[in-house]
Amino acid sequence: MQRMYSPLEDALTIADKTFTSRLLIGSAQYPNNQVMLDAIAASGAQIVTVAIRRVDLAGGGETVLDLLEGDYHILPNTAGCYTAKDALLTAELAREALKTNWIKLEVIGDRETLYPDVEHLLAAAAEMVRRGFIVMPYCTDDPITCRKLADLGCAAVMPLGSPIGSGMGILNPYNIEIIRAENSIPVIVDAGIGTASDAAFAMELGCDGVLLASAVSRAHDPVRMATAMRHAVEGGRHAFRAGRIPRKRHAEASSPQKGVIGT
Amino acid sequence: MSRIRINGEKKSLDVSTVDELLRAEAVDPAARFVAVAINGEVIPRGRWDSERVKDGDDVEIVRPAPGG
Repeated sequence: MQRMYSPLEDALTIADKTFTSRLLIGSAQYPNNQVMLDAIAASGAQIVTVAIRRVDLAGGGETVLDLLEGDYHILPNTAGCYTAKDALLTAELAREALKTNWIKLEVIGDRETLYPDVEHLLAAAAEMVRRGFIVMPYCTDDPITCRKLADLGCAAVMPLGSPIGSGMGILNPYNIEIIRAENSIPVIVDAGIGTASDAAFAMELGCDGVLLASAVSRAHDPVRMATAMRHAVEGGRHAFRAGRIPRKRHAEASSPQKGVIGT
Repeated sequence: MSRIRINGEKKSLDVSTVDELLRAEAVDPAARFVAVAINGEVIPRGRWDSERVKDGDDVEIVRPAPGG
């Protein structure tokens, strides 16, 4: 009889909410809204990120929330912010617009690499926690920064695998492992995932989840890549929990040694 | 007439409240998922019909957009 694993037996808990999917996904850069909806559905993700932007005073029409609300846990971000002050205002606007105190905190220091500005990130995180936000910070893969964010009261830490949209995967798996080992709050690799094996690798390192956007939205076939990512995150998680064999320099026969003909 | 900065653009408008400002900018005050800040302070929807917009104010009108 095939043993079936219930998603509920290994659910992801962030703050006071529980999720059966460990894949978080973005809503941007899809070819069109239908592909976005189909890809997000295929991914099995339950948490979807959105940005907060000035209303296009010339345009109108439905917002991304009109398409997604009700089916997903919406996680607004502070993408595009370069200072703690801007991130705080964006978070407050997000809280008012979406009636959620969950926030993906991003404070960027450099336009080319979109690398987090740790100084502003820590300041913003401290103030947001004080104001009652559920803070999920996008951060460097630096164990000290992650520890500080955790100590400040963030609900998770989200170290990058590599720069946003770069598709370079996990550049420093050793740091990700250290971050995982040192923190009891969820560790979610966020940024740089390029393909399914990157997502599986993050999970095999023991991470609690993966957040990706470009890897799916800019793939040639976003819906198929979303499917791949769903399987990759599940597979990597099972592999991690299964306990892998160690790496060895020498072979260890996988077939029995006794009863071989000709011996 | 008040000189108000709206979403980064300076405009001259003859409006008193946030509600009036939104209408002047073709944003339906009843639209969902809209948030407003004046001079860095979020103005909750319940105060849109009373909160005054003054000359020199810096107003942000935002809504959710696709993001990663």
